[in-house]
Amino acid sequence: MSLLELRNVEARYGPVRALHGVSLNVGEGEFVAVLGANGAGKTTTLRAVSGTVRRNGDVRLGGKKLRTPEGAARAGVAHVPEGRGTFAELSVWENLRLGSYTRRGSTKEDVQRVFALFPVLDRRRDQQAGTLSGGEQQMLALGRALMARPRLLLLDEPSLGLAPLIVKEIFDVLAKLNRDEGTAVLVVEQNANLALAAAARAYVLEVGRVVVDGPSDELRANESVRRSYLGY
Amino acid sequence: MALLEVDNVSKRFGGIVALDAVSFTVAQGEIVGLIGPNGAGKTTVFNVITRLYTPEAGDVRLEGESLIGIGPGRVVRRGIARTFQNVELFQGLTVAENVLVGAHARRGEHGLDDVLYYVGISSLRNRLASGLPYGTQKRVELARALASSPRLLLLDEPAGGLNHDEVQDLAAFIRRLQADFDLTVLLVEHHMGLVMSIADRVHVLDFGRTIAEGTPAEVRANPAVIEAYLGTAA
Repeated sequence: MSLLELRNVEARYGPVRALHGVSLNVGEGEFVAVLGANGAGKTTTLRAVSGTVRRNGDVRLGGKKLRTPEGAARAGVAHVPEGRGTFAELSVWENLRLGSYTRRGSTKEDVQRVFALFPVLDRRRDQQAGTLSGGEQQMLALGRALMARPRLLLLDEPSLGLAPLIVKEIFDVLAKLNRDEGTAVLVVEQNANLALAAAARAYVLEVGRVVVDGPSDELRANESVRRSYLGY
Repeated sequence: MALLEVDNVSKRFGGIVALDAVSFTVAQGEIVGLIGPNGAGKTTVFNVITRLYTPEAGDVRLEGESLIGIGPGRVVRRGIARTFQNVELFQGLTVAENVLVGAHARRGEHGLDDVLYYVGISSLRNRLASGLPYGTQKRVELARALASSPRLLLLDEPAGGLNHDEVQDLAAFIRRLQADFDLTVLLVEHHMGLVMSIADRVHVLDFGRTIAEGTPAEVRANPAVIEAYLGTAA
């Protein structure tokens, strides 16, 4: 059985329909990418999973229906949203602690892992998040999600605003997390080369619908995917 | 004389030195890239130029006249417009209203309709900014900047969130924009393909200091830049 299942999910912003019946699934411990142009519905698809947009249709995690954002978080979904959503007035440390609010037990190891991954956050742990640079806030948003030890990590453009060197590091970390801890990942990423290298499968969205899906290798060989997303 | 001169600018936040005696110039009609690791001070440079921040030392001049004594609103009226890294639109206003804010700051020859059309968002004029996709919101920001008829345009990560196709289009679009609006452009961007394809010169910051500057080819081959930023020879 799939960990995450979306069946015929529709979502709208006011009068504008953003998703026209999207169905997709992510297996237990699977790494899946979502590709598509601006406005294709990638961000909305992630929001539909975490319940942060009004939607119709069926969204299930481990067979159980997800209804509210809090319910999704408690069920093990961690969402790194577009625009980061860090709490600007809170310190780096407080933001990280918030990431683990659905968990019991010690989070010491998790904090250490985040600091090992992003040493700059350790140096800035008592600073207000709003004073961090854009890229540092992106690191914080990722770190906060990792603190939840999620079953499913939703990542909306994790490379956004990050230097090339850091982008590579982040994808290495995601791959390791996925491999060693079995964390399932659903990632929206503009850098399709990177996304397809990391993911086992991918979905391509166009105007709110899935138009192609399959193993990453197949998509890499697909002429139109190559031209539009990979650039060769 | 250069259009923009950033002259020995230093900016601190408490104990953190965000910019340490940074100097560079942008000549009329140039496209200059500003790159560097996260936290290097790139956006801080933008915030000093647009006078959201006051530097502790140094000067910023547009056509030889200092911007340090004037407020952010006057900077726009002098002909400097910008976009923001993480999109700073008025979310409760429509696309047209957002763009009119730019025109209100400094009215020029380009009317609302022209600018919306040029940027390709005419059909969205009555939509609220809040529901628009990220890439489209970036376009609205660009339209707002253009509506103030700038001479110098500061772009903070315009390629963020765009796929390969869209970045290709953006490169062509920025070039066309520069010619059609007679613009000078300063660009912060992590997408090296974009920077390398459109910048005349590139300035590299690390920890608030200049570590390199030169043509895209020179900078890409610079060992200090590879070490601090690119990771491998790009």
